[in-house]
Formats: sequence, C-alpha cells, structure tokens
Amino acid sequence: MTKYSMYSKMIIHSLIRRRSRMFVALLAVAIGATVLSGLVTIYYDVPRQMGREFRSYGANLIFIPVGNSQVFQEQDVVRATALLPQEKIVGAAPYLYDRLKVNEQPVMVAGTRFQEVKKVSPFWQIRGQWPEEKSEDVVIGAEVAELLKVEPGQTITLAAANSSSEKKVKVAGVVRTGGTEENFLFMDLPLLQNLLQKNDQMSVAQVSIMATEAELNTLTRAVEEQVPGITPRLVKRVTQSEGMVLGKLQALVYLVTIVVLLLTLICVATTMMAVVAERRKEIGLKKALGADNRSIALEFLGEGLTLGALGGLLGTILGFFFAQTVSVNVFGRAISFQPLIAVSALVVAIVVAGVACLIPVRVATAVEPAIVLRGE
Amino acid sequence: MSLLELKDVSMIYGSVKALQNIQLTVERGEWLAIMGPSGSGKTTLMNIIGCMDKGSSGTVVLDGEDISTLNPRSLTSIRRDKVGLVFQQFHLVPYLTALENIMIAQYYHSMPDEAEALAALDRVGLKDRAKHLPSQLSGGEQQRVCIARALINYPMLILADEPTGNLDEANANLVLEIFQKLHQEGHTIIMVTHDPEVAELAQNRIVLEHGRISDRRKIGQC
Repeated sequence: MTKYSMYSKMIIHSLIRRRSRMFVALLAVAIGATVLSGLVTIYYDVPRQMGREFRSYGANLIFIPVGNSQVFQEQDVVRATALLPQEKIVGAAPYLYDRLKVNEQPVMVAGTRFQEVKKVSPFWQIRGQWPEEKSEDVVIGAEVAELLKVEPGQTITLAAANSSSEKKVKVAGVVRTGGTEENFLFMDLPLLQNLLQKNDQMSVAQVSIMATEAELNTLTRAVEEQVPGITPRLVKRVTQSEGMVLGKLQALVYLVTIVVLLLTLICVATTMMAVVAERRKEIGLKKALGADNRSIALEFLGEGLTLGALGGLLGTILGFFFAQTVSVNVFGRAISFQPLIAVSALVVAIVVAGVACLIPVRVATAVEPAIVLRGE
Repeated sequence: MSLLELKDVSMIYGSVKALQNIQLTVERGEWLAIMGPSGSGKTTLMNIIGCMDKGSSGTVVLDGEDISTLNPRSLTSIRRDKVGLVFQQFHLVPYLTALENIMIAQYYHSMPDEAEALAALDRVGLKDRAKHLPSQLSGGEQQRVCIARALINYPMLILADEPTGNLDEANANLVLEIFQKLHQEGHTIIMVTHDPEVAELAQNRIVLEHGRISDRRKIGQC
C-alpha cells in the first residue's frame, strides 16, 4: 500500500464514520453550489432571454436623416443595416411620414412595411387584421378612426395635398398602442412613395436588434462613420431600461451568491470545528505516533476538500436543473448546459470548503500529543 | 553509553511542582518500572521521556542527543523514530482495522508496508484479526494491536503507560508475556504500573512521590 492510498483510506473511512455529521456539511456545500451554479447559469442566460423579452417593447435603434433634411434614401438604410450583425436583427421597419387628405380631412400618414412592423412593434393591437402582403390595404390609428368614423372593412379615399389624384383603399384594421401611432394612418411604403412621388425616400427607420447598450453604442459609431446619409440614434428609454434591469439582476445574483457562499462557509467551518473537537484524542494519538502538523493539516484539509468536491458536484448538477426549471417557468425557454459554469461552481465549492477548514485545521494542529497519556 | 539520562529534571505548572530534580539513567536493554500514587508525576515524567513535553529545567539525553532543548517539530521527529508508545486505554483509531492501525504508524514514519504490519500482528498472535475494527476486538486484543503498533518502526525505547490497567487477568498475562519476550530480545522498556506484581517483572524500579523519586531499587536486590 502506498502513502497516497493509506491517506485516501483514512480520509474516506473518517468521512464514512461520521456520515450523519458529514452529510450536513455535504448538504451545505451542495446547496451553496446549487445556488451558485443555478444563479450564474440563469444570469449567463438572462441577457439572451431578456433581450428577446425587451424586443417586444419596440425598436432600440433608429435611423434618422442627417442635419435638417426631412428624408433620406432607402439605400442608406440598406447599407446601415448591412453593418449590423444579421443574426441579431429582429426587424427593421422603414417609415415615410407625410400628410394626406383622408375622406377630405387632413391626416398624418406613414408609409411602412407591415411585415417588418409586426417584428419591430409586436405590441401593436390590431382590431380587424393586418393588411395582406403587397396589398394596398391600410391600418388606421384608433384616434383617427374615431375622428373619421371608420371601421375595419370600410373603404376610404386618400388624396395628396397638392394633387387632384385620389386613391381608394380598404381599412384592414384599427391599431391601438396607447401612443402616438393612434394618430396616424399606416399604409404600404411604395404606395405612399408613389402617391407623394417620393420614390426611395423615407423619414425614419426603426430597428429592433438583440444587443446590449454597449454593443449598440459600438454599432452606432460604425454606422455614423460609414453611412454619412443617416444619423443612428439609440432609443434610450428601451436600451437604458434593459441595461438597468440587467444591472440590478447582476447585483442581486452577486449578493445572493455571496450570502449563500458565506453561509456555506460558516456551516462547513462549524461542522469541521465540531469534528476536530470530537477527535482531539485521535489527533493527539496521531501526533504521539509521530504525525507532524503538516500531516494533521493535510488530513483535515483532505476531508474538507473531499466534502467540497462531492457537494460541489452534486450542487452543480442540481444547479443546472434549478436554472432549467426557472428558465422554463419564467422565460418559457430551456437553457443549455454550460461546462465552464459547472467547472467554476465545482472549483468555488472546493475552495469554500477548503477555506472553511482553515480555522479547524489550526485548532487541530494545536492539539498536544500529551493528552493521550493524560487520558483527557 | 546509556540510552536515557535525566539530570535535575523539574516540571513546574504555576505553583505546582509536578517533578523535582529527577535523576534517572536507563541502560539499553533495561526494563524499568515506574510506580507511584496518582498525582505523583508519573505521567509528566512519561511525557518528557516520550518527547511529548519539555521539562521546566534540567537535561534529558536520549540516545546521545539532548532533547530538552529541541523545538516541538524536532521532538516529533525523535518520537517518531525512537519511541514506541503503549497506552492504558489502547487508543486505536476506531475507523481503521487492526492492520491499518499498525500501518498508520508506518505511514507517519516512512512508508506503509502491509506484509510487515501483518508480521507484527502475527507476532502478538492476532494475524487472523487483521481485518477487524477495534470495536470488534476484546480489550486484550486491542492492547496487543497497540503493542504491535509500538514495535513496527523498531523503536529504541518502548514506553508503556499501565498497559495491563484495563485488562482482565488472562489478557494481562498475555500482554506481560509479550513484554517479557521483548525484553529478552533486548528491547528497552519503561513501564508505568500500579501493580507490584507487574513491577516485579522489570529489572529496575523507581517510586515517585510528590514529584520526587522516593525509592529506587533493582528487583531481586530488595
């Protein structure tokens, strides 16, 4: 038998002999590792999940004309959009704003692409239905609909202010957003461009993209430098709230993790102190047999680190299921296993258990061998 | 050269004088019995001889080395290499088998050797109990394991503290037979005992009272 196998045997047998006490310490480490692994996994996944959630609140990046111009060219938007990470773009809705006569009354109109609006502004509530693709149907804001006494399915007449030509279109739906959209009439962008003879022009483009505020700032700078025709702007209301929520969540995760790890540390330290007190005679005997302080310290550290490793392993596995349950119930999406987080949680559990053993080890090494002869 | 020599060794705890000016010489191969009532300083003397404590004054020379000035680390090293301990209450590690309890002394000394530990158990008649835990052994068997453990690293000095104190007569006789055999083989033994019959087996005897040696005689000369 080698020294190492004798050392392992002593540690394992000692742990098994005090299994009920050690189980409590193991449970403490496992709970600590569960919370650590679970919370960090959730925290790692939350920006992704929250990004999706926040995208339902509308665009977080808009393109507007440079300086005092009212419009810019559609190709500028294409160039600017090409600079964004394509896989992160949820949608990009262009808008051309102007004024038209609707049933002889002046109304603000916006030309857009409804398929993109659906992606960028999923919060729009449509009474009736969205216009079919490539149809000339329009969506009318609730305020305007009330003013004009128009209902979905009815036909209205559009006319440009400085033109005598008219266009009859069907109202597909009435939109409610609780915002300024209710004062507009929305129609297909090319149709409005034709009516106003403003081909390829647009007033603004709203982009919904899954990115943090920092990433958006970088993208904004890139667009500003490479596409001189447009000015990119962040929608601060959305990007800042996203950053604020994530910041608070991060602080919460740190706080809870630190508190739980501290509690784990205290629990393991208390258990190991009790074990040292219980085993004073055994420690004295080992010293009487020739064990030096290093050997005694290594034995107790070995027990603590084994507890940390077992508890950490158990906690890491439980933590993943904990994170999975939270993610499925809160965000409705499963999360993927993160090996780096699992390994980190295991290492932290071992380190915490090791640190928790430092004071008990110090007490153990202070035991005098003479107690075995005194019969204390 | 004597194996052990104590000169003017005193041990004072506050106002209590546990040992006063002890002069003692133990030759190689000698069996010395230490007797005395409770509180007479026997255990204190054993602790000093066994390198588990240091006296307040005086010198202790073991195998030519003055151990009275050594630090705890060096004392541990001397104890590990030169002293074998046998206790009244056996003191076996409860979660290790009889064989492993012997190997633990090898482990702290150098390298565990199962065959050698088994031979040591065989020497005290317990080869067939090698895989038993201390709780599965009788008191006499536990004490024999303790003796095997004390001998495993070939110590120069065997210190035995009331080795038969917790045993019935039959087991006590078995243990004493082992000590007699060890003595015949040339081992140096210092044994604390209350029992005059056990002390009779030793070559020499000292009696401690109030921390002083009150009687010193060679058995057979009294």
